[in-house]
Amino acid sequence: MISVENITKSFNDVEILKGISTEFEKGKTNLIIGQSGSGKTVFLKCLLGLFEINTGTISFEDKKLKEMTGKDRTILRQEMGMVFQGSALFDSMTVEENIMFPMQMFTKKADSEIRDRANIAIKRVNLINANTKFPDEISGGMKKRVAIARAIVMNPKYLFCDEPNSGLDPKTAILIDNLIQEITAEFKITTVINTHDMNSVMEIGEKIIFLKNGQKAWEGSNKDIFQTDNQVVSDFVYSSDLFKKVREVYLKN
Amino acid sequence: MLKLTFGKFTKWKILKQLILKDIDSLIIGSLGIVSFISFFVGGVVAIQTALNLENPLLPKNLIGFATRQSIILEFAPTFISIIMAGKVGSYITSSIGTMRVTEQIDALEVMGVNTHNYLIFPKIVSLSLYPLIISISMFLGVFGGYIASVYGGFSSSVDFVEGIQLDFIPFHITYAFIKTLFFSFILATIPSYHGYYMNGGALEVGKASTVSFVWTSVVIILLNYLITQLLLT
Repeated sequence: MISVENITKSFNDVEILKGISTEFEKGKTNLIIGQSGSGKTVFLKCLLGLFEINTGTISFEDKKLKEMTGKDRTILRQEMGMVFQGSALFDSMTVEENIMFPMQMFTKKADSEIRDRANIAIKRVNLINANTKFPDEISGGMKKRVAIARAIVMNPKYLFCDEPNSGLDPKTAILIDNLIQEITAEFKITTVINTHDMNSVMEIGEKIIFLKNGQKAWEGSNKDIFQTDNQVVSDFVYSSDLFKKVREVYLKN
Repeated sequence: MLKLTFGKFTKWKILKQLILKDIDSLIIGSLGIVSFISFFVGGVVAIQTALNLENPLLPKNLIGFATRQSIILEFAPTFISIIMAGKVGSYITSSIGTMRVTEQIDALEVMGVNTHNYLIFPKIVSLSLYPLIISISMFLGVFGGYIASVYGGFSSSVDFVEGIQLDFIPFHITYAFIKTLFFSFILATIPSYHGYYMNGGALEVGKASTVSFVWTSVVIILLNYLITQLLLT
């Protein structure tokens, strides 16, 4: 579980995050949603420790991030997996090498064992005949799968995803969403997803946090979001006619 | 940046692969262009010197002498380094910059990798072999001068070889290699800095490469002046 208490973050005296508090639960897909510029990416990077927060606390299983030594942080980072918006695969490595990389870096396992574990991860994300291909030889959806495989290969406690289905066709986007949800439940991972995609909100949003102007404006599940009377959330989620109709049908039933 | 580069080391097994890869792309990959330029510039230096020796009282061995001095003291260590700032420097800046733009550096950070050490240290180590390129450049520059002056009919082989040996000061070689070592460090670090700390997209990668080339060249020229002042005067 990740606990966030009253965190603030500023850049050049401009406050981006203004006192956010929440909890991300283990074994659930936790979604952060909000308009562009609402502070979602900064929030995610604060959770990852890529940005230092100004005030407040972020705790991983009761261990405060601010109080961790460099060594503790290194250990924590090895318990994290991250799927970047653009996949962030290493261009000079093949698919298999990309997935093997974290294990080669941080474990003392033999190469054969590392390769076996990488292949288990490759199978888990349903990648077929891609082991020897380079990132520029595979599709966007396959890249996301490789990124997910790389993120889970070390059996992380925490999985972070930044816009995991951006740039993907709707069918592939749903597959990726479902894959993340399955992996989260299967390995009891605390998953935090930063997304704009309303399909993801409806499909896999077991816990949703809505950010507006750097503040938490709403919190609930994908079921709650159909019934909310919060105007700001409704304006954002149901901005399209399609979703308005989906909501009407849901509420009628 | 340097403190972090020499801080928390990457696993040796991985670092070794990165160093070998960088030796291949930065050192071996530069041999062709350096050899080509050195040979022909050496030839041009010899021809230019020969054409300026109008006085019949001046000995023909001056062609070999002038070629050797120009190549060893300045052309090989300094001007090849400026060329390398364009070739190797731009490559380093754009490769690290592209990793920054495509979030590959963030991905390494999240994994807990010391990205400074992982990305920059192998380049510093591999470029420590840079004096090898310069020694090849020195040899080919003088050889180019020999070919141009002997086969161009500007001097005899004996005169040229005598010129090469004339008033030879071994410290000049030491001076050239001291310069080269400093330049190799500059060639690895300034482009890495510009790539690592860049912001923006593909356009900014191009801009960072240009800025890195300009600064690397400026620092090499200034350092060249300082080292020459300290070691030769």
